[in-house]
Amino acid sequence: QHGHGPYQPHEPGYGLYQPGYSPYDDQIPDPASRMLAIQNAKAYLLKSSTTSGLNLYDHLANMLTKILDEQPINAVDVIENISKDVKWAQFQKKMDTLRDEHEILPTFEAAEKCKALFLKANGEGDEELEEEIGETPLPNVMETAFYFEQAGIGLSKDESYHILLALKKLISVQPIQTCRFWGKILGLEMNYIIAEVQYHEGEEEEETEEEEVIEEGAKGMGEVEDEDENKEKEDELPKSTYKPPPVIPKEENGTGANKYVYFVCNEPGKPWVKLPPVTPAQIVCARKIKKFFTGRLDAPIVSFPPFPGNEANYLRAQIARISAGTQISPIGFYQFAEEEGDEEEEGGGGRDTYEENPDFQPLSVAEMVGSLSTWVHHGQSILKQGRCVWLNPFQKSEEEEEDDVEEEKAEEPNELQQEIGPPLLTPLSEDEGIQNIPAWTAEASTNLIPQYAVAILQSNRWPGAYAFASGKKFDNIYFGWGHKYSPENHTPALPAAVQAEYPSGPEVAETRDPTLEEELALKAAREEALAAAEEEEEEEDVEDDEEDEDD
Amino acid sequence: MEAASLPAALELAAGGGAGLSPEKRAVLGASLLLLQRDYRFERVWFWGCIQGVRGVYYIAEGLGPDRAAPRSRLYSLNCVEWSLLPPATEEMVARAEQLKGRFQGDPSFEYEYTEINAEDAERLFEDGKEPMIKEESRLVATIEQIDRAVGIIPRGAFVKTPLGSVRENRNFEGLSLTEAKKLSSYFHFTEPVNLKNKTLLEKADLDPSTDFLDSLEHDIPQGSWTVQLEKGGTVVVLRSLLWLGLTFYHVPMTKQYGYVYFGTGEKNLDLPFML
Repeated sequence: QHGHGPYQPHEPGYGLYQPGYSPYDDQIPDPASRMLAIQNAKAYLLKSSTTSGLNLYDHLANMLTKILDEQPINAVDVIENISKDVKWAQFQKKMDTLRDEHEILPTFEAAEKCKALFLKANGEGDEELEEEIGETPLPNVMETAFYFEQAGIGLSKDESYHILLALKKLISVQPIQTCRFWGKILGLEMNYIIAEVQYHEGEEEEETEEEEVIEEGAKGMGEVEDEDENKEKEDELPKSTYKPPPVIPKEENGTGANKYVYFVCNEPGKPWVKLPPVTPAQIVCARKIKKFFTGRLDAPIVSFPPFPGNEANYLRAQIARISAGTQISPIGFYQFAEEEGDEEEEGGGGRDTYEENPDFQPLSVAEMVGSLSTWVHHGQSILKQGRCVWLNPFQKSEEEEEDDVEEEKAEEPNELQQEIGPPLLTPLSEDEGIQNIPAWTAEASTNLIPQYAVAILQSNRWPGAYAFASGKKFDNIYFGWGHKYSPENHTPALPAAVQAEYPSGPEVAETRDPTLEEELALKAAREEALAAAEEEEEEEDVEDDEEDEDD
Repeated sequence: MEAASLPAALELAAGGGAGLSPEKRAVLGASLLLLQRDYRFERVWFWGCIQGVRGVYYIAEGLGPDRAAPRSRLYSLNCVEWSLLPPATEEMVARAEQLKGRFQGDPSFEYEYTEINAEDAERLFEDGKEPMIKEESRLVATIEQIDRAVGIIPRGAFVKTPLGSVRENRNFEGLSLTEAKKLSSYFHFTEPVNLKNKTLLEKADLDPSTDFLDSLEHDIPQGSWTVQLEKGGTVVVLRSLLWLGLTFYHVPMTKQYGYVYFGTGEKNLDLPFML
């Protein structure tokens, strides 16, 4: 009976028109026209939209149904979103008939690979199982992860288990004697999971063939050059006096920086790739550059000084540096083997092999944490040269000396001094700190329960390198980006000084072109000389003729 | 990361090898709740930890009804007792930027200035202050810098109400897998800087309720974020290369997301050389 009067208190005219007193009251509402008005309103609401084909009536009905079904809190605040969701749902239904296939997400493929890890390999009978349980090179990754977790270090349990299974797969494929989970290095596109491995004696793949081929190629080039030189001795091009510094040979597989072989994979489940052995040149260059890893082993390293290799070599070099600087063990765990030979045989380089001490008595956690002298390095440190054992590059074998006696003796640069690094098994208290920060931070995993605490060491020089010790167990691990810590900003190496050009001498120096006067003077002088010469000739001819006539 | 989902979140963000020990995890569950009660926060975030040489700072942030308002920050050395940090001022941030090297682990440690301009030195001497800065101030400034530079949220997770305050978006169902791999789907959760520089065409496409923050795709230098799919492609993890140690995780098509910082609190100024 109000008609369409104001309903809200704030609208003008509210309360003015009481029932029976509105201006339209004298007009008795015609029920038919009322019904017509209602029908018109409903028809309007039922009108389909020209763009979407929906109509407001159905939409409001759906929306209210949804709200009454779900009963969200504060529905009036999110009413627009609910309306949008209802419209969205409409369209989705229409699309369903078109889509026949399920989307194959890349996550499904990854899950397949993961599942493959958990399946047992074919042909594994019960007999093999018994053999394995005895002594297996498979490291107990979960146990190590447990100890590190006490300090808050480590990957999630799922990932650790996947890594354990991936290592198991690696061992079943390669002839491996010892294996260890070295750590994880993060990269831009993908990460690296690294396993440190030692082969059985004598089962190493022969990789020396490639190197021999390269050397022969170089020698062949040298011969060709000599021949060319003989031909062109007349117009010899100026020879460059630049002799590149001698290439320091890499250490043998199984010794020094190449003591262990490293396998990497991007994710557990992906195939393991073996990293090539590291050369001293790569280590020296890696010390000068600082680059993120991309995650692809064949990515080039664009840097200055130019890195001799691609990302696989850079990764191997960083792993070598990190291992040399941060592989530590409690004192007494490893001892030097009893050797019959003297130290003289090894050239004064110190001992480089160690073995486990069967009489190892572990120290208490408090002692391990209290002082750094209870830990020792069992990773051999790398000298400035890039090797663990110093090699004089100018020492020649007897054969070479005979050939090169003439050429080389003239130009031997100053002899290099032998580099000596800290010997194996030096305690950590000898490590230099950086500015006023000690090289290592030691702490117990918990102060509340000292009985079961674990001693944890963090490296400050290589952030991400950790070590734990608890009773007779210890291990090292690395989680990080693979770079050394430096409080100062990284300063890239400057380019080398400009090389001297060919020394200038009279045969190379340009002289000034002669001026016109000088040319004319020269011409006149020549003509005089020519005239004088002709006179002489005439005299001579006359003399000759006279002589001939005499005969 | 939200205090309520701490254990699950730590599992998702553990790809970098950093996390919390079971002891800390257990005590945080309780102490963060108590923080919420004592300070009347609506939300408590576990921000992460900054590793000093001799100790570790654990940081928590508390949010009020407007999620974009300046957050209260608290630190603790053992996750049990928390102390409120003073709010960060521009002056504090500017002074702390000159400091280099690791945190010591002792909040009352005083750093001496090694390089200051002559003008600053004069001004300081006039004020009667000595050119020293306490580690607490450096902590505050560092947290503020990290939040400003690399604290991120997925697009659509927060909405701006017509009254100007920012709240969680209840209709946020998570980013799809394709969206989650793009940098433009993530925003800096701080005052926008670049938003007004966008062209009118770009602004027309934005939805003012959800696109009121800067996205990551224009960060300088380009490539300062790594986007990876972990756990077989089920979690998207973003790691910042400018502040090494900041990890952001998000499970696509779910409401799980968050960021946490485990690191030494030093900016990676070598970033342009390393890319």
